[in-house]
Amino acid sequence: MTAQSGPESWEHSRRVIVRNALSIGLAVATYGVSFGALGTTSGLTVAQTCALSILMFTGGSQFALVSTLAAGGSGIAGIAAATLLGTRNAAYAMRLTPILNSSGFTKLVASQLTIDESTAMALAQDENAFEGRASRLGFWSTGLSVFVLWNLATLLGALAATTIGDPKTFGLDAAIASGLFALVWPQIKTKTHVVVAIGAALIALATTPILSPGLPVLAASVIAFVFGYAQRNEPT
Amino acid sequence: MWTTILIASGACFVLKWLGGVIPREWLEKPVVGHITKLLPIALLVALVTVQTFAHGKTLTVDARVPALAVSVVALKLKAPFIVVVVIASITAAVLRHFGSFS
Repeated sequence: MTAQSGPESWEHSRRVIVRNALSIGLAVATYGVSFGALGTTSGLTVAQTCALSILMFTGGSQFALVSTLAAGGSGIAGIAAATLLGTRNAAYAMRLTPILNSSGFTKLVASQLTIDESTAMALAQDENAFEGRASRLGFWSTGLSVFVLWNLATLLGALAATTIGDPKTFGLDAAIASGLFALVWPQIKTKTHVVVAIGAALIALATTPILSPGLPVLAASVIAFVFGYAQRNEPT
Repeated sequence: MWTTILIASGACFVLKWLGGVIPREWLEKPVVGHITKLLPIALLVALVTVQTFAHGKTLTVDARVPALAVSVVALKLKAPFIVVVVIASITAAVLRHFGSFS
């Protein structure tokens, strides 16, 4: 990542961060098309499908809500599924608070843009680089790029009611996973981080066959609580 | 339907917002600080894991696995982000095209 390749100008870092933000936005947007199509084929109107992408704006929860309703689940079940999957954004927001240092209306916008991709991009930067500007730009550029492209893609998919080819054909599912992995990679700095990462992966694998999709990721958070608590007497 | 959409969206927003309004003093407690620093690592690694190995509730090894492996090699070689992402998608797409993996 930019943060690791020695002293660089802010101009250069800025260009790289924005380019990365756009590329992750494009990859994620292909799933926005899928979401739009799923929404309207599940009985939601185009307006309702688009409202979810604008107002909820957290892919896992959106897919969970629509799939629950499509499978004949109640509104309450759909709300519960979406909310449960949305809890990881609360953890992201806690981590981002000291980095973003925003208040007022900006803070409300930042909250809405707090998702996997924007968090990962912010944390992939060196927190101290350019007085924190790299982390903040990582968050804002990725959040806005994903927001704009995800919503345009949702509208497109909802109107066409068909996916424009399966994103998998182009390997875009692998692109998103690798993109997120590339952003976690520079965050793994200590032995504890390595253990937490491996533990999280193992918990996610072990719980995939038993829990509903989305929950294995939350289950993996246990490892962060265990190791965080174990380090309680060490300075942060 | 609108009620469901608005309640669910509101709940998701509140979660994003709540995490950001926790008092600083509380976040600065060592135990909270350590946990909040480890949480995104655990969550994002778990997310990548299910994105790579899960198909609904089944674990599978398909084109996503070699794609991730190739991107790990690229990361080791300090390839830029965009290169990592592009070669992962090409690897998965090519393997699927030639039918070696689903």
